[in-house]
Amino acid sequence: MAAILWSSVLAPMWKPTAMHIPDGFLSLPVVLACWLLSAIVIGYAVRQTNAQLQERQVPLMGVLAAFIFAGQMINFQVAGGTSGHLLGGALATILLGPWAAMLIMTAVLSVQALFFQDGGLIALGANLLFMAVLTPLISYGVYQALRKLHQWVAAGLAAWASVVIAAVGVAVALALSGTVAMGVVLPAMAGVHALIGIGEALITVGALAFIAATRADLMTSQPTAAGSGRWPLIGLAIALAVALLSPLASTSPDGLERVAEDLGFIHRAMEPLYQVIPDYMFPGVSHPVLATILAGIVGTLLMFGLTLFLAHRLRRRTVN
Amino acid sequence: MHISHLDQHLNLESPIHRLDGRIKLIAVLAFVLACSLTPPGRWGAFAALGAVWVGATALARVPHRLLLRRGLVALPFALAALTLLFTRPGEVWIAMTLGGWQVHVTDQGFIAFLSVMLKSWLSALMALWLTATTSYPALVQALRGIGVPRLVVAIIAFMYRYLFVLADEAQRLLQAREARSARRDGYPAGGSILWRARVAGGMVGSLFLRSYERSERIYQAMVSRGYAGELRTLEASCLRLKDVAVFLGFVCLLGVIEGLAHL
Repeated sequence: MAAILWSSVLAPMWKPTAMHIPDGFLSLPVVLACWLLSAIVIGYAVRQTNAQLQERQVPLMGVLAAFIFAGQMINFQVAGGTSGHLLGGALATILLGPWAAMLIMTAVLSVQALFFQDGGLIALGANLLFMAVLTPLISYGVYQALRKLHQWVAAGLAAWASVVIAAVGVAVALALSGTVAMGVVLPAMAGVHALIGIGEALITVGALAFIAATRADLMTSQPTAAGSGRWPLIGLAIALAVALLSPLASTSPDGLERVAEDLGFIHRAMEPLYQVIPDYMFPGVSHPVLATILAGIVGTLLMFGLTLFLAHRLRRRTVN
Repeated sequence: MHISHLDQHLNLESPIHRLDGRIKLIAVLAFVLACSLTPPGRWGAFAALGAVWVGATALARVPHRLLLRRGLVALPFALAALTLLFTRPGEVWIAMTLGGWQVHVTDQGFIAFLSVMLKSWLSALMALWLTATTSYPALVQALRGIGVPRLVVAIIAFMYRYLFVLADEAQRLLQAREARSARRDGYPAGGSILWRARVAGGMVGSLFLRSYERSERIYQAMVSRGYAGELRTLEASCLRLKDVAVFLGFVCLLGVIEGLAHL
C-alpha cells in the first residue's frame, strides 16, 4: 500500500517541477505583488548585466539558459526508484554572479511556462520571484558569506538554502492566497525540499569541482556584484523577511486546526508536538502573531549561526 | 529530440494561425486572468470559459483531445490543493481517520478544491492553444511587443534555439554513463549515493563547459557576420484592424462571463 502511494502520488511530486506553481492556485493580489517585486529586481538585473557583459552577453546567457534546461535532464539514482537532479539556480549564480543568473533563470522559467506549460502564465510572476530572484540572491549571499571559510561547503550550503527558501516562498504564496493550509503545506514543502536540497548541493559541488579542475579560469574570473561585503547581510535580511512574512499568512487559525479545535480532538492529535515547540510560538510572549514572528527570527538566526560555526570548524580542519 | 516535435500544429491553415502573436498572447493572459477571477463554485462561468476554449480550438483546427491530455500537466500540483478538502469549515460530507487524525471532507472544501483544479486546467488548456497556434518567433516577438526587456527577449530566443542542441548533448552524456554502468539484477549501478551524485555533478560540469565553449564559438561566428550587440529581424509587424477587432470581441466575451459570474 505504501509502495503504491509512493510510486503513484509522492514520486511524481518528488520532481522539482512540482515547485512551478500553475495558474489558478494564487489569488490576484498575491500574483500582482509577486509580479511587481520580480519586475523591479529583474529590471535592475538587466541594467547591471548590460553594464558588465556588453554585447557578448546574449549568446553566452542564451546558451547557458539552455544548459540549465538540459542539465536538469541529468539525474542520479537516490533510492526506491526516485532520482535527484539539478535545478541550477545556485550553480549559475556561483559561476556568473547573481544578476546574470537572474536573467538566465528568468529565461528558463519563461520558456518552461510559455512553451512547456510547466508553471502558469499569470503565476509566472510568483515563479520568477522565488526561483529567478530569490534563488540567486540567497545562494549568492550564502556563498559570499562563507566562501572564504571553505569554498565547497559554502557552495553546497548556498545550493541547499536556495532550494529550501524558494520552496518556503512557494508555500507562503499559496497560503496567502488561501489555496492551502499553512500548517500542513509549509512543513511538507520545507521538509521535502530540505531533502531535494541535499541532492542539489551534491550535484552543484560536483559540477563546480569538475569545472575548477578543468577550467580554473572560469571559477576565478566570475563577475562579482558591487559591494560584495554587504552580501552576507543582504542574505540574512532576505531570510528574516521570509521568516517575518510566513506567520502573516497564518494570522487566522489554520483551517485544519480550526476544524480540529471545533471538534475537540486537537489535544489528542497534537499533544506530543506541543511539548517540543509550543504551537510554533515563542514562550513567554502572549500575542500570537508576535510570538510566531519571534520564533521565526530566532530560528533563522540559529541556522545562520550554525552554518557560520560549521564552516569555521571545517576551515580550521583543512588549514591544520 | 528535434525542434519540430513541439510544432506539429503550427503549419495548419486557420484564421487563428494568421492572427497577430501579440493579440493571441494578451488574449490568453486575459483568459487566464478571467479564470483566476471567477469565484469558486460558479460552475456556469467555468462551463462558459470551457466553451470559449472549445470554440477557439475548433477555429484553429487543432484536435481537442490532444490538448486535453496534455492539459493535465498541472495535476501533480493538485496534491497541494488537496488540503482544501479538509480545511474549509462547512457541512461535513465524509469523516475518516488517517493515522490517528480524524479528518472531515466538507462541502465548502470540495467546492474550493474543484474550483482550483478547474481554473488550473482551463488556464493550461488555453496556454497549450497558444503554443499550438503561434510559431516560436512570433511568440518571442509578442513578448517584446508587450514590453519585456530586449535583453531578456534575446536570451529567450537564443535559449530556445539551443535548447534542443544541448538536450541532445545531455542525452549523449546519459547514454555514455548508461553504457559504462553494468549492474546485476537487484543491485544499483555504481557506488554510494555520494559517489553517484559526484558522477552526475561531473556530467553537469562537463555539460556546462561544452555549453560555455559553444557559446564562445557562436559569438565568434556572429561577430564575423556583422553582429554588433543587437539581433536584427526582417519582420516589421503592424497590427491589422481585424486583429484588434477580434481581440476586443474576445475581451468583451470574457467581460460578460465574469460579470455574470459575479452577479
